Amino acid sequence: MKIKTLSRSPATTQAPGSNVTKVHRNLNPEMHPFERAREYTRALNATKVERMFAKPFLADFEPGHVDGVYSFAKDPESLEHFASGSGDGVVKLWDMTTREELWQAQAHENMVKGLSWTRDKRLLTCGSDRKVHLFEPYTKSKEPVGTWMGAHAFTSISHHRSIPSFAAASSNIAIYDVSRVSTAPVQSLVWPTAIETISSVKFNQTETSILASCASDRSIILYDLRTSQPLHRTVLNFASNDISWNPMEAFNFAVANEDHNVYIFDMRNMKRALNVLKDHVAAVMSVEFSPTGEELVSGSYDRTVRLWSRSSGHSRDIYHTRRMQRVFSVAWTPDNNYILSGSDDGNIRLWRAKASARQGVKSFALRQKLQYDDALKEKYKHMPEIRRIARHRHVPKSVKKAGEIKSEELKAIKRREENERRHTKKGQTRRKSEREKMVLAREQ
Amino acid sequence: MASQSTSKPSNARRKPGQIAAEAEAQALARHVDSAHKTYGRGEDIRPKSVRDKKLRSKVKALQSKAKDAEMQAKDAEILMADATPGMLEAENELEKTYKVRQDDIRSASGVETAKKGFELRLEGLGPYDVCEYTRNGRDLLIAGRKGHVACFDWRAGKLGCELNLNETVRDAKWLHTNQSFAVAQKKCVYIYARDGVELHALKKLQEPVALQFLPYHFLLASISTLGVLRYTDISTGANITEFATKLGPPTSFCQNPANAILHVGHQKGLVTLWSPNSSTPLVKLLPHSGPVRSLAIDRAGRYMVSAGQDRRMSVWDIRMFKEMHTHHLRQPGASLSISDQNLTAVGWGTQVSIFNQDIFTRAKEDIKVPEPYMSWGGEGNTISRLKFCPFEDVLGISHDKGFSSIIVPGSGEPNFDALESGLNPFETSKQRKEAEVHALLEKLQPEMISLDPNIIGNLDLASEEQRRRERDLDAKPEDKIANLKKKGRGRNSALRRHLRKSGQKNVIDAEKVRAREALQAMNKREIEKVSKMKAEYGPALARFARKGF
Repeated sequence: MKIKTLSRSPATTQAPGSNVTKVHRNLNPEMHPFERAREYTRALNATKVERMFAKPFLADFEPGHVDGVYSFAKDPESLEHFASGSGDGVVKLWDMTTREELWQAQAHENMVKGLSWTRDKRLLTCGSDRKVHLFEPYTKSKEPVGTWMGAHAFTSISHHRSIPSFAAASSNIAIYDVSRVSTAPVQSLVWPTAIETISSVKFNQTETSILASCASDRSIILYDLRTSQPLHRTVLNFASNDISWNPMEAFNFAVANEDHNVYIFDMRNMKRALNVLKDHVAAVMSVEFSPTGEELVSGSYDRTVRLWSRSSGHSRDIYHTRRMQRVFSVAWTPDNNYILSGSDDGNIRLWRAKASARQGVKSFALRQKLQYDDALKEKYKHMPEIRRIARHRHVPKSVKKAGEIKSEELKAIKRREENERRHTKKGQTRRKSEREKMVLAREQ
Repeated sequence: MASQSTSKPSNARRKPGQIAAEAEAQALARHVDSAHKTYGRGEDIRPKSVRDKKLRSKVKALQSKAKDAEMQAKDAEILMADATPGMLEAENELEKTYKVRQDDIRSASGVETAKKGFELRLEGLGPYDVCEYTRNGRDLLIAGRKGHVACFDWRAGKLGCELNLNETVRDAKWLHTNQSFAVAQKKCVYIYARDGVELHALKKLQEPVALQFLPYHFLLASISTLGVLRYTDISTGANITEFATKLGPPTSFCQNPANAILHVGHQKGLVTLWSPNSSTPLVKLLPHSGPVRSLAIDRAGRYMVSAGQDRRMSVWDIRMFKEMHTHHLRQPGASLSISDQNLTAVGWGTQVSIFNQDIFTRAKEDIKVPEPYMSWGGEGNTISRLKFCPFEDVLGISHDKGFSSIIVPGSGEPNFDALESGLNPFETSKQRKEAEVHALLEKLQPEMISLDPNIIGNLDLASEEQRRRERDLDAKPEDKIANLKKKGRGRNSALRRHLRKSGQKNVIDAEKVRAREALQAMNKREIEKVSKMKAEYGPALARFARKGF
């Protein structure tokens, strides 16, 4: 007779004299009943904890501006410095880690419309007093080291990635050389038939000779510096306020539109948008891609900041405070972890990019736990209870009400269109894709 | 022919390297197969059947991930080093495993293991109706009918407490850890701490006869002499639900560890399945023609074994609710227990028989009493309860003269999982406390209990129309028979099809009776019609008159 019985000595789990226990595993599913139900419960708990920890507002920068903050510029050579320009012509330099003001100067007589850093850590400012100034903030000098005069009020400014030249926008785009102070522009870029105020101009930082602008005649125009020619012009239904290039996909850019939406375009195919980001209930004033190119932040006239994933059509989060007024400028910090917003009330606010994430050193166990929770949340995100908790946001009453009215109006428009379609000859009024709707005209 | 010979070359023509490679490929395929069998979760979806491109790529990615996980789990088996189950094997045909005595096993195994077989002589304290192990098999709880309750760490021989309650004790159960247990006493259920301090008196659970504890839901279920089933959440103290079974005093009570459904055996030979979400039984089974004395379910929730007063022991597949086979015992089985390795112990009279896994795979027609794997007893101790000890080759037997622990090689699961809460036999007190907190955090809600434990996260395939219909409680029930077209053609009439498809020839319900009557009436009409036609056609053409015109 062959007899064998189980014998399991405690020494296999914990050696005598040691306080380290060995963790035995048996992954047989029979040993782990209610697998799905338990995972679901964990996912539900993780979602609840995430919402409990969601405290996005960190701090504001003291003392703020006296007037609204209408422009931002992050120093591309530094992780912690950025400049802000205000409606009263004051420009300030801030340190993000200490949240202290490093420098300030009265740059313009009235509104500072645009800011841009040169690659040698100097700051270009443009204002509606028809001047562009060049400052050296790190030397603490309050006087500009150079000034360019324009014919019209400047509205936006953008510095080239590598060569010392910048584009300043008014009714046309003038390219200046930074090294030759107070000279006439080197080049002037203009669409032959359009003479309108350009609201924003941005150099592409990857395809460095490409330049995009949006104007108050509702058009988006792209230019190529190598040919000194505009590439094409696209007219949308409403005017756009801001443009941001995707830092990772050189040919994609986002525009903040007056019709409450953000559109992401591929510059090679302007027939349709890559994505339409809908959630704001007032004009979007500012938009910026995250340094990873995966996400966007937008600031709107409805007093909120929204965060978006590049690929989904609705915002993943909404940030607001009771005192924050219309948001005119937003920025994503270069380390991808924080968001800056400048609003009409003169404050610059610092937010977390992920409302429930916490910076700081985490233990290996905690990191593992967070990763596991993320995987679970992803797996069970469609469950009704989890989806409800994950999506719930407290929204200001005015925004909520406006959203309700807007959705009602949109429904009415849709209903009317459908009625018209029903009473016209078949095939004459085709439905237009949501991503093509806003493109009114294109010119090459 | 030519193509065949190239695709399947004979062994002689192949090179040795090629043969080795093929053998290796076969071994690999077998490895992958067994990994899927043990660690796989359900069937694969064929990505080709998914039309949406994005979804298809997602499904593909998920599937490759699942496959990786299976393989990794399989590969991790190496780490379960010394872990093969015990065994008892006859070396020739003359030897019978059921003739092996405990002395032989004790002498054949090590000192540590031999110590696990012992006897507790507790004469005079009455028949011991209860013996229960904790889920990690470390602690034992025994209770006598006259009120003697004791709990102890049985391997170390450390007594937790010993109580003389001076009251009838009908059942006792460990709660989620070895720190507390519930006792079903004469009037109500009491909860005691490990050191014997009375923690709670659950006055609402009146006259309990049997208890069950659902460890993942923290629910204590009790059933009373009147047949009222009550669920109590022991983490909050809330009474969740109570249902009257309306089938008289229950005779047995057990839980399905895989889906937390409770099985109640009744006087009539019925077994009913209960969840806290339904006031009527989910399923009614009829395994016996007399009272169901005992029930047991294996840990995977596949098989239920029941023993009745009719001396039968029947094995059911509780996924299909079909009886697999049944056979007779010499006396009614008083207690049943199924081990982690699927050995079934049945106590009848003063004997214990232990059957191996074969009883789950026997043919239905085979009514011969199976040869037991092991047997024990015959010393005049009436057996009242059996319990296999988790993670040990040990069977605990409580009988009228005390408690016996016998060694059953091959019954215990050799590999435990230290990270599963409550299943670690070597857990330290710190680990136990940690695990308790985690278990409470992921306590499952009573609403999650259903026959299919994986229903959560499944896609609800009901259409919107169907859901709306379910919501509408005022809707009249659909009359299936009225909906059938009365065509009355040939052999395959709609009524006939309905009768055939509604299945189960021996079940008679109102609908079926009506359908049968309708069918008879239809046949009668047909016959009348034919005879009428015959008369009409006249003698020469009468042969053309037939049904279905």
